[in-house]
Amino acid sequence: MPVTQTVPAAARMFLSGNDAVARAVWEAGTRVAAAYPGTPSTEILEVLSRYPDLHTEWSVNEKVSMEVALGASMVGARAFCAMKHVGLNVASDALMTMTVTGTEGGLVIAVADDVGMSSSQNEQDSRYWGRFAHVPVLEPADSHEAYAMTLAAFELSERLKSPVILRLTTRICHVKGVVQTGERIEIEPAGFVKDPRHWVMVPGNAKPRLPSMFVREAAARAEAEISPLNFQVDGSDRRIGFVASGPTFMHVREAFPDAPVFKLGLSCPPPLESLRRFAGTVDSVLVVEETEPLLETEMKAAGIACHGKDVLPRIGELAPDVLEPAVRRLRGEVVPEPEHVPAQQVFPRPPTMCVACPHLGVYYTLSQMRNVIISGDIGCYTLGAGHPWNALDSCISMGASMGTALGMDKGRGKVDENKKVVAVIGDSTFMHMGMQGLLDITWNRGNVTVLLLDNRAVGMTGGQDNPGTGRDIHGEETPRVDFAKLCEALGVKSERIRVVDPYELPVLFKALREETKIEEPSVIITNRPCVLIDHYQPAKSYTVIEDRCTGCGNCVEVGCPAIHVTRRDKAVKASGKEVDLSFVRIETSACTGCGLCVQPCAPEAIVHADPVQSVQSVQFVRK
Amino acid sequence: MSQITNILVCGVGGQGVMTATEILAEAAISLAFDVKKTEVAGMSQRGGVVTSHLRFGRVVLSPQIVPGEADLLIGFESAEALRWSHMLKPGGVALVNSGRIVPPVVNLGLFDYPEDPVAKMRALGLTVHAFDATTIATDLGNIRLGNTVMLGACADHLPFPAQVLRDAVLARFGTRKPHLVEANRQAFEAGRQAVGGDALAA
Repeated sequence: MPVTQTVPAAARMFLSGNDAVARAVWEAGTRVAAAYPGTPSTEILEVLSRYPDLHTEWSVNEKVSMEVALGASMVGARAFCAMKHVGLNVASDALMTMTVTGTEGGLVIAVADDVGMSSSQNEQDSRYWGRFAHVPVLEPADSHEAYAMTLAAFELSERLKSPVILRLTTRICHVKGVVQTGERIEIEPAGFVKDPRHWVMVPGNAKPRLPSMFVREAAARAEAEISPLNFQVDGSDRRIGFVASGPTFMHVREAFPDAPVFKLGLSCPPPLESLRRFAGTVDSVLVVEETEPLLETEMKAAGIACHGKDVLPRIGELAPDVLEPAVRRLRGEVVPEPEHVPAQQVFPRPPTMCVACPHLGVYYTLSQMRNVIISGDIGCYTLGAGHPWNALDSCISMGASMGTALGMDKGRGKVDENKKVVAVIGDSTFMHMGMQGLLDITWNRGNVTVLLLDNRAVGMTGGQDNPGTGRDIHGEETPRVDFAKLCEALGVKSERIRVVDPYELPVLFKALREETKIEEPSVIITNRPCVLIDHYQPAKSYTVIEDRCTGCGNCVEVGCPAIHVTRRDKAVKASGKEVDLSFVRIETSACTGCGLCVQPCAPEAIVHADPVQSVQSVQFVRK
Repeated sequence: MSQITNILVCGVGGQGVMTATEILAEAAISLAFDVKKTEVAGMSQRGGVVTSHLRFGRVVLSPQIVPGEADLLIGFESAEALRWSHMLKPGGVALVNSGRIVPPVVNLGLFDYPEDPVAKMRALGLTVHAFDATTIATDLGNIRLGNTVMLGACADHLPFPAQVLRDAVLARFGTRKPHLVEANRQAFEAGRQAVGGDALAA
């Protein structure tokens, strides 16, 4: 579905931080923008891809997206890339040399930190990368600032010839507010100037450039002292003066409307002299920053007395409900009991895999296998670690299931000798960082069985395209990767590569049994698409014949959210063993007829809903 | 500080919590309020807990509602309404879909679904209007009308006329899915009547 949309004219708009950044990137005359999807940054490129007059792309990983942006900057174009916090770890290799070359066309890197950890494997403070790479960091506080600071970031980048980091957090990316937008400016790139001493970073060229980073940092520091992005809000209650960066500014203003606040927008390098003057006007200073005590440490090192993480939490968001009691304690006041009903204990409700998700079959099968160690990865299929499957033993970072599995194989001792090592990875994740790991497995003769779950989408972030879907960011056709051939090229023997249907449980089980027995690298590719992408065709739904259901609960073990337990009971077997029984029904309106639950149902109690008819069930062999 | 209205909408991923909050926001924007809206929607959150915060007034700073300061709690699912009860301010009102979405952890027998979440909320001293929005929507022909039913139910609990919200609901479908306008008008009215509101003139 190629998208050609008209762009809304300048107006007051209700935009999320991600929408606002995208709008400003477009207005700034940017010619190239790239990203790999990652919550909470994903929507920036999704929105940007609907704008005309610029190249947008999903890159295979964040490092590539940054390289693409740098290339555009080299030829004089304004360029942009976006990623989540962990993505900058991947891209850091490019960043740490880009900071030496500097940039030509304005280059802005939006990095979205998952403060509060809604969907990530860690919580990290990307502002450190600004200090590490000696590049300026801008921190907007809401959608309006995200818009204005994106425009300011391009100008700052061009003034300093430096990449600029726009540091966002979940509460910027996914908060909507009112923004006054403008129109696009067109900038014709100046063109590439051949200059190997500038762009070819061999030691002889790079070494003379190193001091430029510090000259630039000094210029940025001077700019920070006078920048309108750093400003002071006066207040009558001078007991505590707050220093706030990013969204914490709004929380401080909300919770303490009468207190003076020094608000940092251009926070790296920090305007220490301005902060020193501010500290002199209040009784004490409290630095409110998410998440690390970064400004606090810098201020203390400069001899500015302040409080920070001695009273505030080092993890999570600093919303008013966290700030208020902390500040009361700092003032030596008694913290009153909250005037509301206490939080109620209710069962946990983690996200689940979807009805008919092809991963259900994979994890059901894995959960039935004994003596396996399962190395997991980042994606929807990480949910396989949860109930009822409990079928993941590790999950580190994008693509890490490959290398981790190899390490498990090579490092195991006698106690694990008879176990099989299985690695699970998704299609997009495989291309992001997994390919290199598989190459290492084949090269070093690892005994690992890889399950490559090709559902033709970056599922977890909402079904974006990748080189395995055969479509680009606009939905237009592009060459589609052949995973079997790719794995073969990476050194897996062709007879050790199988493509199986994850809805055919016995076939999948047999393939896994056989491949884990053979002591060499193998890849099992599952080939059913994500049920949420637009061309998924549901089949006829199923229902349970009540009289036939014996309560064995095998279908519940599949983990499909459309299966509901109607009644529980206990039975005593002939052996005297007591077993739990779960009688079930299928939510017919949700069922898409994938047939996964039919297969382990021994009494053939699951049949097509209409017309009611018996379905051939396949006895599933419990190993 | 000017008066700010805080609305917390909660439910289960896939129910339309975010769309409903977006429509509430559009209604507030049409009246020239400053508006902020935020949600927790990490991963795909399908089947997971979803909350959406909406705040509007002359100037809105923080996007987050402090526990005990929500004027209105709109619960798309009864156990979720109970989970977020502590967000309501003393004297606030909860509008709750009594329909249930039972998660896999309960089906597996690992946790219990609370016996009567609405009764539990009332026992805590909260003002709760409960009604089966899921069944109302299903009877109108589409379970997805549930979020419009919920919006209809809250229409008389807002600091602006119910018509403003209904216009925002219909405007959304009027431009994107015109064939759904009439069904949504009915769903909106059914929701209002479910909590004792009068029908609006067509």
